[in-house]
Amino acid sequence: MPSVKLPRKSTDTDMTPFVDVAFLILSFFMLATKFKPPEPVEITTPGSVNSSKLPESNAVMIIVDSANRVFFSVLSDKDPGKLDAVIQDINATRSLNLSNAEMANYRQTFAVGLPFGNLKQLLNLDPKEQAKLPVPGIPVLDSATNELVWWISAAKKAFAGETLKYLIKGDAKSKYPTFEAVISALKRNDEFKYNLVTALDDIPSGSEMDKYNQKNIKEQ
Amino acid sequence: MSSIDVAAGESGHKKGPGVKKAKKLSTRVDMTPMVDLGFLLITFFIFTTTMTTPTTLDLNMPKDIKDEKEQTEAKESGVLSIMLGKGDQVYYYEGKLTVDAAGSNFKQTTFKGIRKVIIDKKKEVIGRHVHDETCKKTQDRAKAAKDPDWETACADRDFVVIIKPSEDATYKNTVDILDEMTINRARTYAMVKILKEEVELIKATEASAGIK
Repeated sequence: MPSVKLPRKSTDTDMTPFVDVAFLILSFFMLATKFKPPEPVEITTPGSVNSSKLPESNAVMIIVDSANRVFFSVLSDKDPGKLDAVIQDINATRSLNLSNAEMANYRQTFAVGLPFGNLKQLLNLDPKEQAKLPVPGIPVLDSATNELVWWISAAKKAFAGETLKYLIKGDAKSKYPTFEAVISALKRNDEFKYNLVTALDDIPSGSEMDKYNQKNIKEQ
Repeated sequence: MSSIDVAAGESGHKKGPGVKKAKKLSTRVDMTPMVDLGFLLITFFIFTTTMTTPTTLDLNMPKDIKDEKEQTEAKESGVLSIMLGKGDQVYYYEGKLTVDAAGSNFKQTTFKGIRKVIIDKKKEVIGRHVHDETCKKTQDRAKAAKDPDWETACADRDFVVIIKPSEDATYKNTVDILDEMTINRARTYAMVKILKEEVELIKATEASAGIK
Protein backbone atom coordinates (compact mmCIF):
# COMPACT_ATOMS: atom_id res chain seq x y z
CA MET A 1 0.00 0.00 0.00
CA PRO A 2 1.39 3.35 -0.91
CA SER A 3 1.63 5.37 2.25
CA VAL A 4 0.35 8.87 2.03
CA LYS A 5 2.96 11.28 3.10
CA LEU A 6 1.65 14.34 4.78
CA PRO A 7 3.67 17.38 3.92
CA ARG A 8 5.51 18.58 6.97
CA LYS A 9 4.32 22.01 7.83
CA SER A 10 6.62 24.54 9.32
CA THR A 11 5.76 25.72 12.82
CA ASP A 12 6.89 29.21 11.90
CA THR A 13 3.99 31.58 11.59
CA ASP A 14 4.16 34.76 9.67
CA MET A 15 4.32 37.43 12.33
CA THR A 16 4.23 40.40 9.98
CA PRO A 17 0.52 41.34 10.40
CA PHE A 18 0.85 40.90 14.13
CA VAL A 19 3.81 43.24 14.24
CA ASP A 20 1.98 45.68 12.02
CA VAL A 21 -0.92 45.88 14.41
CA ALA A 22 1.35 46.09 17.43
CA PHE A 23 3.20 49.04 16.02
CA LEU A 24 0.00 50.71 14.96
CA ILE A 25 -1.24 50.55 18.53
CA LEU A 26 2.13 51.71 19.76
CA SER A 27 2.12 54.76 17.54
CA PHE A 28 -1.44 55.53 18.59
CA PHE A 29 -0.53 55.52 22.26
CA MET A 30 2.60 57.52 21.63
CA LEU A 31 0.60 60.24 19.93
CA ALA A 32 -2.36 60.14 22.28
CA THR A 33 -0.28 60.22 25.43
CA LYS A 34 -0.06 63.37 27.35
CA PHE A 35 2.11 63.14 30.36
CA LYS A 36 0.61 64.12 33.63
CA PRO A 37 2.10 67.32 34.96
CA PRO A 38 3.89 66.79 38.24
CA GLU A 39 1.54 67.25 41.11
CA PRO A 40 2.29 67.43 44.78
CA VAL A 41 -0.70 65.27 45.64
CA GLU A 42 -2.91 62.75 43.97
CA ILE A 43 -6.38 64.17 43.34
CA THR A 44 -9.45 62.19 42.36
CA THR A 45 -11.80 64.67 40.84
CA PRO A 46 -15.55 64.10 41.01
CA GLY A 47 -17.50 63.54 37.80
CA SER A 48 -19.75 66.02 36.05
CA VAL A 49 -21.72 66.13 32.82
CA ASN A 50 -20.12 69.39 31.78
CA SER A 51 -17.79 69.00 28.87
CA SER A 52 -16.07 72.35 28.54
CA LYS A 53 -12.32 72.07 28.09
CA LEU A 54 -9.80 72.89 30.72
CA PRO A 55 -7.67 75.96 30.02
CA GLU A 56 -4.00 75.10 30.20
CA SER A 57 -2.42 78.47 30.36
CA ASN A 58 -3.26 81.80 31.91
CA ALA A 59 -4.91 80.13 34.83
CA VAL A 60 -4.58 79.83 38.55
CA MET A 61 -5.06 76.38 39.91
CA ILE A 62 -6.15 75.91 43.47
CA ILE A 63 -5.87 72.31 44.59
CA VAL A 64 -7.70 70.91 47.57
CA ASP A 65 -6.56 67.42 48.46
CA SER A 66 -8.37 64.67 50.36
CA ALA A 67 -6.93 65.88 53.66
CA ASN A 68 -8.34 69.39 53.00
CA ARG A 69 -4.91 70.87 52.34
CA VAL A 70 -4.88 73.77 49.91
CA PHE A 71 -2.24 74.26 47.21
CA PHE A 72 -1.78 77.19 44.92
CA SER A 73 -0.15 77.21 41.51
CA VAL A 74 -0.02 79.49 38.51
CA LEU A 75 -0.27 77.93 35.07
CA SER A 76 1.61 80.02 32.57
CA ASP A 77 3.38 77.89 29.99
CA LYS A 78 3.95 80.67 27.54
CA ASP A 79 5.36 83.27 29.82
CA PRO A 80 7.26 82.10 32.90
CA GLY A 81 7.86 85.74 33.72
CA LYS A 82 4.38 85.78 35.25
CA LEU A 83 5.55 83.37 37.91
CA ASP A 84 8.35 85.75 38.81
CA ALA A 85 5.88 88.59 39.03
CA VAL A 86 3.69 86.57 41.39
CA ILE A 87 6.47 85.66 43.78
CA GLN A 88 7.92 89.18 43.70
CA ASP A 89 4.54 90.58 44.60
CA ILE A 90 4.13 88.09 47.44
CA ASN A 91 7.62 88.93 48.65
CA ALA A 92 6.88 92.64 48.64
CA THR A 93 3.39 92.60 50.15
CA ARG A 94 4.18 90.06 52.85
CA SER A 95 7.80 91.25 53.39
CA LEU A 96 9.24 87.76 53.31
CA ASN A 97 12.84 88.86 52.54
CA LEU A 98 13.35 86.28 49.81
CA SER A 99 16.63 86.45 47.92
CA ASN A 100 16.67 86.68 44.13
CA ALA A 101 17.89 83.11 43.85
CA GLU A 102 15.01 81.92 46.00
CA MET A 103 12.52 83.81 43.91
CA ALA A 104 14.03 82.37 40.73
CA ASN A 105 13.51 78.95 42.23
CA TYR A 106 9.75 79.54 42.28
CA ARG A 107 9.64 78.84 38.54
CA GLN A 108 10.53 75.23 39.24
CA THR A 109 8.08 74.85 42.10
CA PHE A 110 4.88 73.41 40.80
CA ALA A 111 2.49 74.15 43.60
CA VAL A 112 2.88 75.84 46.94
CA GLY A 113 1.13 74.23 49.86
CA LEU A 114 2.73 76.06 52.75
CA PRO A 115 2.04 79.08 54.91
CA PHE A 116 4.10 82.18 54.11
CA GLY A 117 6.28 81.46 57.13
CA ASN A 118 7.66 78.31 55.52
CA LEU A 119 8.00 79.71 52.02
CA LYS A 120 11.63 80.77 52.42
CA GLN A 121 12.53 77.29 53.61
CA LEU A 122 10.78 75.73 50.61
CA LEU A 123 12.36 77.98 48.01
CA ASN A 124 15.78 77.43 49.53
CA LEU A 125 15.59 73.79 48.57
CA ASP A 126 16.40 72.27 45.24
CA PRO A 127 13.16 71.59 43.27
CA LYS A 128 13.79 67.86 43.57
CA GLU A 129 14.12 68.09 47.33
CA GLN A 130 10.98 70.16 47.79
CA ALA A 131 8.68 67.18 47.71
CA LYS A 132 10.26 65.88 50.91
CA LEU A 133 9.22 68.90 52.92
CA PRO A 134 6.01 68.31 54.91
CA VAL A 135 3.14 70.31 53.41
CA PRO A 136 0.49 71.55 55.84
CA GLY A 137 -1.39 73.38 53.07
CA ILE A 138 -2.06 77.08 52.72
CA PRO A 139 -4.09 78.28 55.71
CA VAL A 140 -7.57 79.26 54.54
CA LEU A 141 -10.15 78.25 57.11
CA ASP A 142 -9.78 81.27 59.35
CA SER A 143 -10.90 84.32 57.40
CA ALA A 144 -8.46 86.56 59.27
CA THR A 145 -5.46 84.49 58.21
CA ASN A 146 -6.69 83.33 54.83
CA GLU A 147 -3.36 83.46 53.01
CA LEU A 148 -4.89 82.36 49.73
CA VAL A 149 -6.30 85.88 49.38
CA TRP A 150 -2.75 87.22 48.99
CA TRP A 151 -1.75 84.60 46.48
CA ILE A 152 -4.79 85.30 44.34
CA SER A 153 -4.26 89.03 44.50
CA ALA A 154 -0.62 88.56 43.44
CA ALA A 155 -1.70 86.43 40.48
CA LYS A 156 -4.36 88.94 39.57
CA LYS A 157 -1.78 91.72 39.49
CA ALA A 158 0.64 89.64 37.41
CA PHE A 159 -2.02 88.90 34.82
CA ALA A 160 -3.56 92.37 34.81
CA GLY A 161 -5.14 93.11 31.45
CA GLU A 162 -5.21 89.47 30.39
CA THR A 163 -7.79 86.80 30.89
CA LEU A 164 -7.14 84.73 33.95
CA LYS A 165 -9.18 81.67 34.82
CA TYR A 166 -9.55 80.26 38.27
CA LEU A 167 -9.46 76.51 38.37
CA ILE A 168 -10.46 74.76 41.52
CA LYS A 169 -9.36 71.18 41.59
CA GLY A 170 -10.80 69.49 44.61
CA ASP A 171 -10.58 65.91 45.70
CA ALA A 172 -13.93 64.16 45.83
CA LYS A 173 -13.41 63.43 49.53
CA SER A 174 -12.44 66.93 50.62
CA LYS A 175 -14.93 68.67 52.85
CA TYR A 176 -17.13 71.59 51.93
CA PRO A 177 -15.83 74.19 54.45
CA THR A 178 -12.41 74.23 52.76
CA PHE A 179 -14.04 74.72 49.39
CA GLU A 180 -16.14 77.51 50.83
CA ALA A 181 -13.01 79.15 52.25
CA VAL A 182 -11.36 78.97 48.82
CA ILE A 183 -14.42 80.57 47.26
CA SER A 184 -14.45 83.30 49.88
CA ALA A 185 -10.77 84.04 49.21
CA LEU A 186 -11.62 84.46 45.53
CA LYS A 187 -14.63 86.58 46.37
CA ARG A 188 -12.50 88.89 48.48
CA ASN A 189 -10.49 89.53 45.32
CA ASP A 190 -13.70 90.35 43.46
CA GLU A 191 -13.54 87.22 41.36
CA PHE A 192 -16.86 85.48 40.88
CA LYS A 193 -16.34 83.06 38.02
CA TYR A 194 -14.59 79.79 38.61
CA ASN A 195 -13.99 76.54 36.81
CA LEU A 196 -14.24 73.40 38.86
CA VAL A 197 -12.08 70.62 37.46
CA THR A 198 -14.08 67.46 36.99
CA ALA A 199 -13.94 64.20 35.09
CA LEU A 200 -16.46 63.67 32.34
CA ASP A 201 -19.63 61.77 33.22
CA ASP A 202 -22.35 60.63 30.87
CA ILE A 203 -25.55 62.62 30.73
CA PRO A 204 -28.35 60.42 32.10
CA SER A 205 -30.59 59.47 29.20
CA GLY A 206 -34.12 60.83 29.33
CA SER A 207 -33.16 63.74 31.55
CA GLU A 208 -33.99 67.31 30.58
CA MET A 209 -30.39 67.97 29.64
CA ASP A 210 -30.42 64.97 27.34
CA LYS A 211 -33.63 66.07 25.65
CA TYR A 212 -32.30 69.58 25.27
CA ASN A 213 -29.11 68.37 23.62
CA GLN A 214 -31.06 66.23 21.19
CA LYS A 215 -33.29 69.15 20.31
CA ASN A 216 -30.21 71.23 19.71
CA ILE A 217 -28.77 68.64 17.34
CA LYS A 218 -32.05 68.40 15.41
CA GLU A 219 -32.29 72.14 14.94
CA GLN A 220 -28.84 72.24 13.46
CA MET B 1 21.36 54.48 -10.02
CA SER B 2 21.87 53.43 -13.58
CA SER B 3 25.61 53.88 -13.37
CA ILE B 4 25.79 51.54 -10.41
CA ASP B 5 23.75 48.94 -12.29
CA VAL B 6 26.13 49.07 -15.22
CA ALA B 7 29.14 48.65 -12.98
CA ALA B 8 27.55 45.72 -11.24
CA GLY B 9 26.70 44.12 -14.53
CA GLU B 10 30.28 44.29 -15.69
CA SER B 11 31.99 42.91 -12.65
CA GLY B 12 29.37 41.16 -10.62
CA HIS B 13 28.49 38.09 -12.65
CA LYS B 14 31.61 36.37 -13.71
CA LYS B 15 31.00 32.84 -14.64
CA GLY B 16 33.54 30.15 -14.72
CA PRO B 17 35.14 27.36 -12.74
CA GLY B 18 37.14 29.61 -10.41
CA VAL B 19 34.22 31.66 -9.23
CA LYS B 20 32.57 30.61 -6.04
CA LYS B 21 28.88 31.04 -5.84
CA ALA B 22 27.89 33.27 -2.96
CA LYS B 23 25.70 31.53 -0.41
CA LYS B 24 22.13 32.62 -0.69
CA LEU B 25 21.19 34.12 2.62
CA SER B 26 17.60 34.06 3.75
CA THR B 27 15.98 37.45 3.67
CA ARG B 28 13.94 36.57 6.75
CA VAL B 29 14.85 38.46 9.85
CA ASP B 30 14.04 37.26 13.32
CA MET B 31 11.45 39.75 14.44
CA THR B 32 10.98 38.48 17.98
CA PRO B 33 13.15 41.08 19.75
CA MET B 34 11.48 43.85 17.81
CA VAL B 35 8.04 42.60 18.79
CA ASP B 36 9.17 42.28 22.40
CA LEU B 37 10.31 45.84 22.44
CA GLY B 38 7.15 46.96 20.67
CA PHE B 39 4.92 45.44 23.27
CA LEU B 40 7.04 46.73 26.08
CA LEU B 41 6.53 50.24 24.75
CA ILE B 42 2.82 49.66 24.27
CA THR B 43 2.41 48.63 27.89
CA PHE B 44 4.46 51.61 28.99
CA PHE B 45 2.31 54.05 27.05
CA ILE B 46 -0.92 52.41 28.16
CA PHE B 47 0.06 52.91 31.77
CA THR B 48 1.29 56.46 31.44
CA THR B 49 -1.47 57.75 29.23
CA THR B 50 -4.28 59.75 30.78
CA MET B 51 -7.38 58.91 28.90
CA THR B 52 -9.85 60.83 31.01
CA THR B 53 -9.45 64.36 29.81
CA PRO B 54 -10.37 66.71 32.63
CA THR B 55 -13.30 68.98 31.99
CA THR B 56 -14.54 71.95 33.90
CA LEU B 57 -17.75 72.88 35.55
CA ASP B 58 -18.34 76.61 35.46
CA LEU B 59 -19.46 78.14 38.69
CA ASN B 60 -20.57 81.72 39.05
CA MET B 61 -21.05 83.12 42.50
CA PRO B 62 -22.81 86.33 43.37
CA LYS B 63 -21.18 89.18 45.16
CA ASP B 64 -21.85 89.24 48.88
CA ILE B 65 -24.52 91.81 49.52
CA LYS B 66 -24.96 92.81 53.12
CA ASP B 67 -27.90 95.12 52.56
CA GLU B 68 -31.08 93.09 52.75
CA LYS B 69 -32.96 95.53 50.55
CA GLU B 70 -30.70 94.80 47.61
CA GLN B 71 -30.90 91.06 47.89
CA THR B 72 -32.82 89.15 45.28
CA GLU B 73 -36.15 87.89 46.44
CA ALA B 74 -37.58 84.59 45.41
CA LYS B 75 -41.20 83.57 45.43
CA GLU B 76 -41.72 81.24 48.34
CA SER B 77 -43.88 78.84 46.34
CA GLY B 78 -41.15 78.27 43.78
CA VAL B 79 -38.27 77.68 46.13
CA LEU B 80 -36.67 74.33 46.76
CA SER B 81 -34.02 74.25 49.45
CA ILE B 82 -31.56 71.41 49.30
CA MET B 83 -29.15 70.67 52.12
CA LEU B 84 -26.22 68.31 51.91
CA GLY B 85 -25.33 66.28 54.95
CA LYS B 86 -23.06 63.55 56.18
CA GLY B 87 -22.80 60.22 54.38
CA ASP B 88 -24.03 61.47 50.97
CA GLN B 89 -27.44 62.26 52.41
CA VAL B 90 -29.61 65.01 50.98
CA TYR B 91 -32.27 66.94 52.87
CA TYR B 92 -34.79 69.24 51.31
CA TYR B 93 -37.90 71.29 51.89
CA GLU B 94 -40.16 73.30 49.67
CA GLY B 95 -40.93 76.92 50.35
CA LYS B 96 -40.41 77.98 53.93
CA LEU B 97 -39.16 75.64 56.59
CA THR B 98 -42.05 74.85 58.92
CA VAL B 99 -41.54 72.66 61.90
CA ASP B 100 -44.45 72.48 64.29
CA ALA B 101 -46.79 70.02 65.93
CA ALA B 102 -48.74 69.55 62.69
CA GLY B 103 -45.62 68.16 61.04
CA SER B 104 -42.64 69.40 59.15
CA ASN B 105 -41.82 69.73 55.49
CA PHE B 106 -38.20 68.82 56.13
CA LYS B 107 -37.48 65.61 54.26
CA GLN B 108 -34.56 63.31 53.73
CA THR B 109 -33.44 61.60 50.53
CA THR B 110 -30.32 60.54 48.65
CA PHE B 111 -28.62 61.80 45.52
CA LYS B 112 -30.62 59.29 43.52
CA GLY B 113 -33.91 60.51 44.94
CA ILE B 114 -33.23 64.22 44.68
CA ARG B 115 -33.53 64.21 40.89
CA LYS B 116 -37.17 63.26 41.04
CA VAL B 117 -37.79 65.90 43.69
CA ILE B 118 -36.25 68.57 41.47
CA ILE B 119 -38.17 67.43 38.39
CA ASP B 120 -41.47 67.31 40.28
CA LYS B 121 -40.97 70.73 41.82
CA LYS B 122 -40.03 72.21 38.47
CA LYS B 123 -43.14 70.75 36.86
CA GLU B 124 -45.29 72.09 39.67
CA VAL B 125 -43.83 75.58 39.30
CA ILE B 126 -44.20 75.52 35.50
CA GLY B 127 -47.82 74.42 35.95
CA ARG B 128 -48.56 77.53 37.97
CA HIS B 129 -46.85 79.86 35.50
CA VAL B 130 -48.83 82.83 34.22
CA HIS B 131 -47.78 84.37 30.94
CA ASP B 132 -47.19 88.13 30.91
CA GLU B 133 -45.35 90.91 29.09
CA THR B 134 -41.91 90.43 30.63
CA CYS B 135 -42.24 86.80 29.75
CA LYS B 136 -42.48 87.60 26.08
CA LYS B 137 -39.29 89.59 26.23
CA THR B 138 -37.46 86.66 27.79
CA GLN B 139 -38.78 84.40 25.06
CA ASP B 140 -37.67 86.78 22.32
CA ARG B 141 -34.24 87.00 23.83
CA ALA B 142 -33.98 83.21 23.95
CA LYS B 143 -35.20 83.01 20.37
CA ALA B 144 -32.56 85.47 19.24
CA ALA B 145 -29.94 83.38 21.00
CA LYS B 146 -31.18 80.35 19.04
CA ASP B 147 -32.18 78.46 22.14
CA PRO B 148 -34.27 75.49 20.96
CA ASP B 149 -36.18 75.71 24.23
CA TRP B 150 -37.23 79.32 23.77
CA GLU B 151 -40.91 78.54 24.26
CA THR B 152 -40.33 77.43 27.81
CA ALA B 153 -37.57 79.95 28.45
CA CYS B 154 -39.71 81.83 30.89
CA ALA B 155 -42.05 79.21 32.31
CA ASP B 156 -39.64 78.21 35.04
CA ARG B 157 -38.58 81.69 36.05
CA ASP B 158 -40.03 81.30 39.54
CA PHE B 159 -38.23 78.04 40.11
CA VAL B 160 -35.31 78.67 42.42
CA VAL B 161 -33.11 76.08 44.00
CA ILE B 162 -31.13 77.00 47.08
CA ILE B 163 -28.21 74.76 47.82
CA LYS B 164 -26.89 74.63 51.35
CA PRO B 165 -24.00 72.29 51.92
CA SER B 166 -23.37 71.54 55.58
CA GLU B 167 -19.93 71.21 57.14
CA ASP B 168 -20.00 67.46 56.69
CA ALA B 169 -20.75 67.57 52.98
CA THR B 170 -17.88 66.61 50.73
CA TYR B 171 -16.70 68.45 47.67
CA LYS B 172 -18.08 65.62 45.56
CA ASN B 173 -21.53 66.21 47.03
CA THR B 174 -21.29 69.87 46.10
CA VAL B 175 -20.25 69.12 42.54
CA ASP B 176 -22.92 66.43 42.25
CA ILE B 177 -25.71 68.76 43.26
CA LEU B 178 -24.46 71.48 40.91
CA ASP B 179 -24.38 68.83 38.23
CA GLU B 180 -27.94 67.90 39.06
CA MET B 181 -28.87 71.51 38.30
CA THR B 182 -27.31 71.18 34.85
CA ILE B 183 -28.92 67.81 34.22
CA ASN B 184 -32.39 69.02 35.15
CA ARG B 185 -31.84 72.44 33.61
CA ALA B 186 -32.66 74.37 36.70
CA ARG B 187 -31.75 77.84 35.55
CA THR B 188 -31.77 79.67 38.83
CA TYR B 189 -29.84 78.28 41.73
CA ALA B 190 -27.75 79.70 44.48
CA MET B 191 -25.31 78.35 46.98
CA VAL B 192 -25.77 79.90 50.38
CA LYS B 193 -24.70 79.32 53.95
CA ILE B 194 -26.72 76.81 55.91
CA LEU B 195 -28.88 78.06 58.76
CA LYS B 196 -28.47 76.95 62.37
CA GLU B 197 -31.94 75.45 62.64
CA GLU B 198 -31.32 73.43 59.49
CA VAL B 199 -28.08 72.08 60.91
CA GLU B 200 -29.94 71.05 64.05
CA LEU B 201 -32.63 69.31 62.05
CA ILE B 202 -30.00 67.45 60.03
CA LYS B 203 -28.18 66.46 63.23
CA ALA B 204 -31.43 65.16 64.72
CA THR B 205 -32.25 63.15 61.60
CA GLU B 206 -28.73 61.77 61.48
CA ALA B 207 -28.91 60.71 65.11
CA SER B 208 -32.26 58.96 64.69
CA ALA B 209 -31.32 57.27 61.40
CA GLY B 210 -27.82 56.39 62.58
CA ILE B 211 -25.96 58.04 59.71
CA LYS B 212 -22.27 58.32 60.20
